[in-house]
Amino acid sequence: MQASTSKQSPLLNKHIPIVTRSVKGKFRNFKTAVMVVAYSVYFLLPWLPWSRNSAANQAVMFDLESRRFFIFDLIVYPQDIFWLAMLLFIAAAFLFFVTGLIGRAWCGYFCFQTLWSDLFILIEHKLQGERPARLRLKNQPWNAEKIAKVGGSHALMILVSFWTAMTFASYFSYAPQFVENFFTGQAAHAGYLTVLILTVTTYLAAGVIREHVCTVGCPYARFQGVMYEADTLAVSYDVKRGEGTSGRALPKAGLKTREERQAQGHGDCIDCGYCVQVCPTGIDIRDGLQYQCISCGLCIDACNNIMDSVGFPRGLIRYDSEHNLASDAPHKARLEWKRLKVWGYALALVVATGFLFYNIGTRSDTEVNVLQTRQPLFVVLSDGSYRNRYQIHIVNKTEHDEVYSVGVRGIPAESLNIGDIPEVRVRAGKSLTISARIDLSRELAKATQEFDFVIQPSSADVEPIVLPTNFYSKRDK
Amino acid sequence: MSQETKTNSGSNEPKSRVKKTGGVPSTGHSWDGIEELTNQLPRWWVWAFYLTAIFTVVYWLFYPAWPIGSTFTKGVPGLNSITYTATQVDGTQVEKTTHWNMRSKFMVEMNELHAAQKQWFDKVAATPFDEIAQDAELMQFVTSAGKTLFSDNCAPCHQAGGQGVIGFSPNLTDDHWQYGSSYAQIQDVIVHGRQGYMPPFKEIISDEEITQAANYVLSLSGEPHDAASAELGAKVFQSDTASCYACHGTDAKGKEGLGSANLTDKIWLWANIPEIENADEKLKAVKNIIAGGLNRGVMPAWEDRLKPDQIKLLTVYVHQGLGGGK
Repeated sequence: MQASTSKQSPLLNKHIPIVTRSVKGKFRNFKTAVMVVAYSVYFLLPWLPWSRNSAANQAVMFDLESRRFFIFDLIVYPQDIFWLAMLLFIAAAFLFFVTGLIGRAWCGYFCFQTLWSDLFILIEHKLQGERPARLRLKNQPWNAEKIAKVGGSHALMILVSFWTAMTFASYFSYAPQFVENFFTGQAAHAGYLTVLILTVTTYLAAGVIREHVCTVGCPYARFQGVMYEADTLAVSYDVKRGEGTSGRALPKAGLKTREERQAQGHGDCIDCGYCVQVCPTGIDIRDGLQYQCISCGLCIDACNNIMDSVGFPRGLIRYDSEHNLASDAPHKARLEWKRLKVWGYALALVVATGFLFYNIGTRSDTEVNVLQTRQPLFVVLSDGSYRNRYQIHIVNKTEHDEVYSVGVRGIPAESLNIGDIPEVRVRAGKSLTISARIDLSRELAKATQEFDFVIQPSSADVEPIVLPTNFYSKRDK
Repeated sequence: MSQETKTNSGSNEPKSRVKKTGGVPSTGHSWDGIEELTNQLPRWWVWAFYLTAIFTVVYWLFYPAWPIGSTFTKGVPGLNSITYTATQVDGTQVEKTTHWNMRSKFMVEMNELHAAQKQWFDKVAATPFDEIAQDAELMQFVTSAGKTLFSDNCAPCHQAGGQGVIGFSPNLTDDHWQYGSSYAQIQDVIVHGRQGYMPPFKEIISDEEITQAANYVLSLSGEPHDAASAELGAKVFQSDTASCYACHGTDAKGKEGLGSANLTDKIWLWANIPEIENADEKLKAVKNIIAGGLNRGVMPAWEDRLKPDQIKLLTVYVHQGLGGGK
C-alpha cells in the first residue's frame, strides 16, 4: 500500500468545494439502481395500505402513541426490545463480514449520506450543467443566471430534504392524515419539530457539508478502515501498470501507443485526471488507499472509459487486493473468502439471524404477568383461612378482542375469585390488569407454598400459559 | 519567558519556524519554546458562537431572564404567556394568565391530566356500584386511581395496603366489616366517619366476673382458655348487669349498626391475641379491654374533604380493590 499524502485538516483550511464530473459505467449504473430501489422503498412504503383492526391501515407504522411498531403483519411491542438488539448485532456482523471481503461497500453504495449526496449532485448537474459549467458558475459574480441556477438547485435540494423529513415523520403516524394535518396546522408539535430538524440536517449534510460528513464526522467510515486486510478487495490503482518505471505521462506525440510508452518506461496512466474529477470526496486514488475513499467505484468507471478511448486494456483502477497488487505474478482479482475471519463473521451472522427469526416465529400472542400484592402479604379471614391477592396483567397482542379464561392449578378451582367481572375481555392490542384473590383454608394454606395460574385465550387453540405463583401464609414456628 | 521571547525574535529563527507551522505567523507569544500562532478559529465555531449570542436575545424576549432588585424581567408581555385554571381555597375556579414560568407550566399539565381523568371519574359517578365492579376496564381505573386516593387520605391510619394496625385501625383487606360490607354502608362510613365506643366495666362488674367474661371471649374464637371460667363468663355476658349482649348481640357476633365487634371470629382489632404466645397474657389483654373499655375507634368524616365522585371511587376501591368486601 502506498502511503497516502498527508493533508492539512480541512477544518482549519478554507473549504475547497468539490465539483464532480459525471461518469457512465457499470458502477454508476449499480449506484443508480440502488438509489432507485432505496428511494422507492423509503418514499413509498408509508403509503402502502394494510388492513388492520386496532390501528391505522398502514403497512409499516411505528406507532409511538400506542407503543407498538407495525411491520406488515408483525406487531412489535416494547417488550420485544430484545429484537432490536439482535437486529443491531446482525447489522454489525453483516457490516464486518462485507467490509472484510470487499471493503466499504456500505459507504459507497448504500449509506444515506452517499444516496442523498448523489441525488443532490444529480440536481446540480441537471440544473447547472457539467463540471466545467458549474466551476464557471462558481467563479462568476452573482448575476441573474447564477442566482437562478445555483439558487434553483439549492431550492430543489431543500424541497427534497423537506419531503425526506415528511416521509420519515410519516412512518410514525398515519401518513395521509399526517400530511393533511401538517399543512392545516393540526399536526403534533413533535411532528413539526421532526420535520424541521430533518429538513435542515438533510440539506446541510447532503447539500452543503457533503464529503466532510464522511471524512470528519462519521465514526463508521473510520472503523471500517480497521477491517481492511491485505486480502480485502479495495478500489485500487495498479501502480506497477500505471506508472511503469518512469512514471505516468501525458499521451504526447511519441507516447500514444502502449508499445511506445513501454519502450520509454512509462506506464498506462495518461494522467488525464478524470479519476480525480469524478471522485465525490475529491481524492486522487493513485495516491493509494486513503481514509477518505468511500469505495464508490466511480473512478473505476472513469478510468475504464479512458482506457477504452485510448485503446488500452481496462482495469488500471479496479477492485483488487493489496496482496495481489504487490505480488510478482498477479492473478485476476477474486473474492478471497477462505479466511478464518470471514467464516467467523458468516457464522455469527447465520446464528444471530436464525435466532432472531426463530424468536419472532415462535412469539406468543399473549403475555401474562402476575404481581403479588405485598401489603399485606397475606390476610387472615374470620374463619381462620388465608387470603393472598394478585394483580394479573394480560397483554393481547392479536388484532382482535380476546376473552381469556383465568384458572388455577394445584389448588381447588373455587379458591380463586376475580371479583364481579363477568369475563376477562382484552381489546385488540391492549392490556388489562385484573385483581385476583385466592382463599385457602388454614390446613390447605399450610400445605401450599406454590400453585399455578393458568391463562387461556378462548378463541385460539393454543397451549395455556402457566405461571407458577407463590402462596404465603403464617408458618408455624 | 521574556528571555525566551527574545531568543525567538532572533535573526534566522522565525523564518524556519514559519516553514514548520505551515506558513501561519506567530503572535510572538512563546512559553518554554511553545509558540502561539495566529490560526483562525474554525468558521463553524465562530458561527455557532454568533448564533448563541442571537439566541440569548431571543431568550430574553420570551422567558424570565434578568434579575432587577427584588424582581426580574418577565419577557415581552403577551409573547409567551401561559394560562391555567387554579382552584382557590373556597373551591371556586379561576383562570390565570401570567408570564411563562415553570410553576404555571406545571399547573397547565395538571389541568390537562385532570381533564384526561375526568371522563373516567364521570363514568364512575354515573354508574351504579355493582355495574362498576362488572366493568373490567373501569375497575382498572378504579384500582389505580383508588390506590392514589387511598395513599393520600387513608393510608396514614389504615396503612398503604389497607392492612390496618392492630390496636389502632381496622384491617380493610379481610372479610370482617364492623359497620357492614355493602357499598352503601362503606360509602356511609367514609362520608360521615365513625366513633366506636365501649364503656369500661371495672366499676360495673367484679374483677372475678371480668376474668370469667374474658375467658368466655377467648373461648368464642378458639383461643386457650379456662373452660369452667368461660362457662360462668357466658352468664356474665348475657346478664343484665354487664349486658355485653346489648351491643355484641346474644350470639356475640356483633351488630353492624353499632359497629360492635364480632367476638366469634379469628379477627382481632384491639388486642393482638393470636400473636401473644402465653395464655395468661392473652387473658390479661382481653381483661384490660373489658375493664378499661375503648374510646379509640375514631374515623373522621370525609364529606368535606373529598368530592362525591372521589368518595364513590374510594368506596369501590375499598370494597373490590382491597378485596375485603363480599
